[in-house]
Amino acid sequence: MANGNGASLSPPQLEIDSVSLDFGGVRALSNVCFNIYPGTIQAIIGPNGAGKTSLLNCISGLYRPQHGAIRFEGRNIIGMAPHAIARLGIARSFQNIELFRHMTVLDNLMLGRHIHMRSGVLSGGLYWGRAQREEIAHREVVEQVIDLLEIQSIRKKTVGTLPYGLQKRVELGRALAMSPRLLLLDEPMAGMNSEEKEDMARFILDVNEERGTTIVLIEHDMGVVMDISDRVAVLEFGQLIADGTPEEVRTDPKVIDAYLGREHAIRQG
Amino acid sequence: MEKFIQLTLSGIANGAIFALVALGFVLIYKSSDVINFAQGELLLIGAYLTYTTVEMIGLWWPIGVVIAVVLAAIIGVLVEQLVLRPLIGEPTISVIMVTIGLSLLLRAIIGGIWGVTPRTAPQFLPRDTITLFGANVGVDRLWAFALALTLFVLLTLFFRYSREGIAMRAVADDQQAALSMGISVKRVWAIAWAIAAVTASVGGILLMSIFGGVSGQIARVGLLVFPVVILGGLDSIPGAIVGGLIIGLLQSFAGGYLPPELGMGEVAPFIVLLLILLVRPYGLFGQRIIERV
Repeated sequence: MANGNGASLSPPQLEIDSVSLDFGGVRALSNVCFNIYPGTIQAIIGPNGAGKTSLLNCISGLYRPQHGAIRFEGRNIIGMAPHAIARLGIARSFQNIELFRHMTVLDNLMLGRHIHMRSGVLSGGLYWGRAQREEIAHREVVEQVIDLLEIQSIRKKTVGTLPYGLQKRVELGRALAMSPRLLLLDEPMAGMNSEEKEDMARFILDVNEERGTTIVLIEHDMGVVMDISDRVAVLEFGQLIADGTPEEVRTDPKVIDAYLGREHAIRQG
Repeated sequence: MEKFIQLTLSGIANGAIFALVALGFVLIYKSSDVINFAQGELLLIGAYLTYTTVEMIGLWWPIGVVIAVVLAAIIGVLVEQLVLRPLIGEPTISVIMVTIGLSLLLRAIIGGIWGVTPRTAPQFLPRDTITLFGANVGVDRLWAFALALTLFVLLTLFFRYSREGIAMRAVADDQQAALSMGISVKRVWAIAWAIAAVTASVGGILLMSIFGGVSGQIARVGLLVFPVVILGGLDSIPGAIVGGLIIGLLQSFAGGYLPPELGMGEVAPFIVLLLILLVRPYGLFGQRIIERV
């Protein structure tokens, strides 16, 4: 496998090791193998139905692959419950927005702090000393996220009433509020106009640079993918057909086949 | 006028108990989409356990009640783990059938342990009456109302401020998102059943003290949660409270003003149930679900 940039010299943060996933007789992922390195932006691309979201669901524990291993910082996480995986420091967003629609933006982000909250029912319920200090500390983290994503003006709004683009941004914010070491983003720019996409790309780069968060990104907009990713993995019919730097992937004949069809490739010689 | 005030006050007191029981039902439905037909048996469990600790063992009643409520909570959690957890992902109708089966099973177990003949219960709430707004009211009703109200306030604070309470709201709102936030949905379900068992058994204990006895009659009140939650909205906690009070008042007025041979006190809530289902199936406060086909 090609070593695209310096990051690949450090040990991988997430190893996807021969992962296969079947739904009955349908093979969604077949022997998928690649590594994700700390501090990088890793894109996963591929035609519709290639298994990108399935792979993300395997990482976050919603699906359980039949074969293979997924190691996060050296530890196999297959078979762990989704909430336990979240506690390890893996946050995600969803292709179709999954926000707590009846709560405010602030409440949504504060729920991102859930895994870091320590105080129990009693002191938490009574809002005593330690619990109060804890709340203030969590609130600070959340406010930093709000500043980063420029959503100050909507913090008290109920999420269900916000326009689509802002909801996407809040969902990113909620994942960030978890202070994850690995952030999985499932089509964070789907359905956005070019201006919104530009904003989102800038936020993703900011998060990656300022916080050093590793980012796994599923995205269909090739312009964005090639611009912001350090490495790109390409899936087709559940198989990994390429993995490398954007330049390597862009010129890979298998990838061109997958996207433009074999006939095209044959005609090109 | 005196009769009106009397009926109003006893209606509110009964309504508060209905609301308490309905609250547990709504909690289970909101967090896990399970419609629990065994709610009435949870009332019975609370009542019989208290009967055992206070009347049979002879404990001081506050201690007996606390022990009974804790045991009921444990039973609630066990029911969730052993009976409902294996049904995750099964069709709603299967889950409903299982909870109906569960209610029969619990009834049989209760009958096996305590027998089916009504028993005289310990009356720990004071039995005397006082004059309020010119009407004679049983003090036990006021106690029941005050206790129900206290529980509501505690639960509201729990949902608003505690880590577990907020996790429960998150699960009710969006299960997938809650999972990805590191919230254990299974734990939330267990808590929901524990709370439902606690509120139901407190309801059962209050009814036992008001009726002065414990028998299958208490479980009949469990059936009243259906008019209450259909009226208030299956997925609405404020709806359970308002619905409970409305049904309590309705039952009280219908029983008090209409000829007793009609038995309208028993029937009126279910007439409301039918009417609501016809005109406003999502209830007063329930979420209107629009399904696009």
